[in-house]
Amino acid sequence: MAGSTPASATAEPTVQAAPARPRRSVSPGAEAWRRFKRHRLAVIGLVVLALMVLLVAVGPLVWRVQINDIDFTARLNTPTANHPFGTDDLGQDIFARMLYGGRISLAVGLSAMLMAMVVGVTIGAIAGISRGAVDATLMWLTDLFLSLPLLPLLLVLTYLFRDALKNAFGPEIGVFMLVVVVIGAFGWMSVARLVRAQFFSLREKEFVEAARALGASVPRQVVRHILPNALGPVIVAGTINVAAAIILESTLSFLGLGFPPDIPTWGRILFDSKEYLDIAPHWSLFPGTAIFLAVLCINFVGDGLRDALDPRKVL
Amino acid sequence: MGHYLLRRLLIAVPSLLGISVVLFTVLALAPGDPFSEMALNPNIPPEVQAALRKHFGLDDPIWQRYFRWLVAMLHGDWGFSFISRVDVDTLIWQRVPVTLAVIGASQVLALLIALPVGIYSAARPYSWFDRIASTLALVGFSLPTFFTGLLLILLFSIKLDWLPFVYRTDIAATGWDWWVQQLRQSIMPITVLGLFQGAGWTRYVRSATLDVIRLDYVTTARSKGLRERVVIVKHVARNAMIPVVTLIALTMPQVFGGAVVTEQIFRVPGIGSLLIDAIQRNDLPVVMAVTFVLSCLVIAFNLLADIVYGWLDPRISYR
Amino acid sequence: MANDRPAFDARALGPARAARALGEWTDDVRAGRLPRREFVARLAALGVAAPVASALLAFAGVAHAQPQSSYKPTKRGGGGALKLLFWQGPTLLNPHFAIGAKDQEGCWLFYEALARYDADGNLAPVLAAAIPSRANGGIAADGRSVTWTLKKDVRWHDGRPFTADDVVFNFAYATDPQTASTSIASYEGIVAARKVDTHTVRYEFKTATPLWDRAANVLLVARHLFEAYAGAKSRDAPTNLKPVGTGPYRFVDFKPGDLLRGELNRDYHGANRPHFDSVELKGGGDATSAARAVLQTGEYDFGWNLQVEDDVLTRLEASRKGRVVACPSGDVEVIQVNHADPWSEVEGERSSPRSRHPILSEHAVREALTLLLDRKSIQSFVYGRAGVATPNIVNNPSRLNSPNIKDEFSVERANAVLDAAGWKRGSDGVRQKDGKRLKLLFQTSINSVRQKVQNIYKQSCAKAGIELELKTIAASVFFSSDVANPDTYGKFLADLEMYAVAGRQPDPDTFMQWFVSWQMAAKANKWQGVNRGRYRNEEYDRLYRASQAELDPAKRTALIVAMNDLVCREHAIIPVVYRPSIYGVGRQLVAPLSGWDNALTSIAEWYAEA
Repeated sequence: MAGSTPASATAEPTVQAAPARPRRSVSPGAEAWRRFKRHRLAVIGLVVLALMVLLVAVGPLVWRVQINDIDFTARLNTPTANHPFGTDDLGQDIFARMLYGGRISLAVGLSAMLMAMVVGVTIGAIAGISRGAVDATLMWLTDLFLSLPLLPLLLVLTYLFRDALKNAFGPEIGVFMLVVVVIGAFGWMSVARLVRAQFFSLREKEFVEAARALGASVPRQVVRHILPNALGPVIVAGTINVAAAIILESTLSFLGLGFPPDIPTWGRILFDSKEYLDIAPHWSLFPGTAIFLAVLCINFVGDGLRDALDPRKVL
Repeated sequence: MGHYLLRRLLIAVPSLLGISVVLFTVLALAPGDPFSEMALNPNIPPEVQAALRKHFGLDDPIWQRYFRWLVAMLHGDWGFSFISRVDVDTLIWQRVPVTLAVIGASQVLALLIALPVGIYSAARPYSWFDRIASTLALVGFSLPTFFTGLLLILLFSIKLDWLPFVYRTDIAATGWDWWVQQLRQSIMPITVLGLFQGAGWTRYVRSATLDVIRLDYVTTARSKGLRERVVIVKHVARNAMIPVVTLIALTMPQVFGGAVVTEQIFRVPGIGSLLIDAIQRNDLPVVMAVTFVLSCLVIAFNLLADIVYGWLDPRISYR
Repeated sequence: MANDRPAFDARALGPARAARALGEWTDDVRAGRLPRREFVARLAALGVAAPVASALLAFAGVAHAQPQSSYKPTKRGGGGALKLLFWQGPTLLNPHFAIGAKDQEGCWLFYEALARYDADGNLAPVLAAAIPSRANGGIAADGRSVTWTLKKDVRWHDGRPFTADDVVFNFAYATDPQTASTSIASYEGIVAARKVDTHTVRYEFKTATPLWDRAANVLLVARHLFEAYAGAKSRDAPTNLKPVGTGPYRFVDFKPGDLLRGELNRDYHGANRPHFDSVELKGGGDATSAARAVLQTGEYDFGWNLQVEDDVLTRLEASRKGRVVACPSGDVEVIQVNHADPWSEVEGERSSPRSRHPILSEHAVREALTLLLDRKSIQSFVYGRAGVATPNIVNNPSRLNSPNIKDEFSVERANAVLDAAGWKRGSDGVRQKDGKRLKLLFQTSINSVRQKVQNIYKQSCAKAGIELELKTIAASVFFSSDVANPDTYGKFLADLEMYAVAGRQPDPDTFMQWFVSWQMAAKANKWQGVNRGRYRNEEYDRLYRASQAELDPAKRTALIVAMNDLVCREHAIIPVVYRPSIYGVGRQLVAPLSGWDNALTSIAEWYAEA
């Protein structure tokens, strides 16, 4: 069950003696935020993540080197003042490419994860709390998505919707939406199953029965009582989903689906650099570290969230 | 329970049919042509390509093609690959042993890593072991398999020259020698895939165990004087296993066609590479057969997981 | 092909003078005044492939170059296992159904043809006793037939003898439309195959032609095994998957897409051949790791078609376990220009032959586009030895310069040309004229090398104020002939597209058809027409019709030269690089490879140095 042991070391364990003075009543949101702030690592994670987002949002406006400035005289250079991250095999500046691609990678990673989580939690919760036909139908849907092979589905969706989206939203946003929807569509199943499994065991517990006895409606039981306790694996799934989304995006553009090949998303840069690992390791070092850092930060934030939202904890 | 099982099995049949309809439609709608390479050769008259398409019924309406496929399936005829003119079930059977040996073994490895490491990390939270294990796990699933695979190849095959990196199914040796060679060529793909999976699973196991480990009944077990190991194994692990069982049930079917990148890099002739080849060449019968088996496995493992939940946590009941 | 003589100005000849010159050169070769190699090189400079040059010489009665054999082993077998790595594994083993070159490769282990093309484009006999020539009466003087004499004492793997009946059967089998074989293309122009005696066959042509070597390298299957499965039943033959041929190796095992195995054929008709006791052909994976397996770890002895960036290959060679071999061939990478308008519909059809492209129909724009292609950098930094810059479309491996067709890269000149044509730069740097922006969609298949070329081209174009939008499409979709699919290269719903043209066939005829107006790809012919650029030029049509009617090989070649010039001057198409075949060969392996034929055609001649 959720939250009996803090997920991360910096949270302080259960307070031994509560202070005697009466406490002001605080809204749950502010309470959660206060608890979150006590996690040092989680706060650091949040700050670094915010910094990364700021960097990729504002960076290209400050660092003016073009991402596709081909310069054959400066191929595969290690980092210098002109090129802080070095250059690739066409002489393009890796730092500029990372900043530009970071927007897309981070946006795709985070949105796809959010989409998968929202859809997964909703479906898992509904399936977990109901029985019979609803559960069976939702599980059938989950099984269907699990059996669908990624590539043909992508080909069909791209072929059907690429032009329509491009015309409606412009080429970049259109493709972005397509990629996010597709990646999200492949990430929600595990979350749904996990949530459903947690619900199975949680809904028989005494505190839920107590809430039911008190007259809580089913949605209220779910949202206020069961769901906060079921969040543990969901948050882990979220972390893993971000990394998977960023990497999946690179596989997609390698297959010609998704972003065109001249858009340097982090996964794409990693992919382009793989044959030069032994002579130009700097080329793969930066995107690899960036992805790892993003995943790490989200992981710490997730730990903090888990403890902040856990109703059993008293911090 | 028996009632529930029967009901689920009966439902499985129409749900499989429904899945097969959707699968077939998606595959038939996907653009691409199994005979597209003919177009590259300026000498082949386009009538040949058109004649072949007609021969295989590629221009018929989708529902007609679906029914033809369904009827054939019911007769046990899995179809005929457009590209290689071989029966599809022969193609699949040829690849099953290798798939189990390499991909199956990597799942077992992942489990063998994730369970002990995850549980131990949760039992000693925030210790050095926990911190290192967690960081390694995070690194493990942040790096794509094409990258780690290549790293290992560069290190072990090229720099050190210890291991071959192209997987061969026809090792010309017998007895002990055969096992040694088989191990040498399998160890890298198994490790790459096993570590990648294991990294994610470790995080899940740790989180699930953390949820359970400070609960009252665990404290009770400890205060009864039971040894720590017994407490962990008999009381904690069993209750923490529910999310883990879910995960295993989700990923086991992926053995059948999921490990595409690893199979490509090491040239392991498993079902994943069969699937991706068939997809890229629009070899519809092969793709349909493999994904259909995949959906059967998904449904079967889902059912199994639901039953295991009941065994793990007796409070879960099925009405 | 280096040339010590003063730079030979092939282009300065007009068609009539070229025809006369060709006749003179042929006489020179016959008299021994001109080396055969030089003749082939000059024809190459005019855009004629080496095998064609060779066939023309033979037709003119010049004696064949004696095939050099460098085969050293003095006994059969003993070489151990030969391991071949093909990153696209063979999927079927009937040569008449082979869809791409890679499917044929697997067949060459077990089956053989009458002859094969060596690296210089000359024919070397395999199942034929000798190459037909005027001297031995093989090539008929009237150009209407060719007679092949077959080697005696050749047996199929099951012991039955190989005779003329088999050759005649293969013709009937392949040309039967019910069989739907892909080798039907190789028999084009042949109306009959007649058995003269048990070991002599005559092919008769529809019209007189100097190109007598058609169907010389078609792999032959056994009549006694395929007779019962001719026509519509052809795909049921068990021999389709268990080949029985005349080749140096016998079939052992086949797992489609993965592994093909063969063992030594003790009764092979070549003396002391083959050298290796067994052969294993493994498929799958990508080109770069195949290169590594051959060049860096030595796990495999031979790697096929290594489409990898050149600096990666050079680095891999540094391990000294193998070497990279580049064989001249006829493949050219081109950028096709769309002369029709893909952005407007005519009677419901986009890129209709009835429409003309608003921007690309201007000569100045096409000229600028040609000037903006930095072939030298593409060659040096991307293709390397795998691509030689070419301004010509037809098989030109030569570096001879010409005053008319130059390989020039100049951003300044491109800017000047566009300025002079009235294209002014807008506020965003992109040129405009009459309300049209100079923005083009450039598509190609997915391939890391092609993507790099796209990036380089995009950047150069940006410097001249042309905006290129890049699009990549999966190869099986791009090259598909599915009428419902909008992304095929036949539909060409873009302004520019890039792909390679296989120049393996000896006759440049099929290539020249790309520009005739009656071959325009359109809805009417389901976009199967080969003129995908929808190019229309009456002068070209006239030249083509004239060349079809021309029997004199010299005059005909001259007309081909004129057509090539016209197309290049008009910038109807933009050639990029011509691509030799690139193979990786293990250190001890000696393998005579040719770019004019499949890699494994010479496998009987391969051996390993001790």
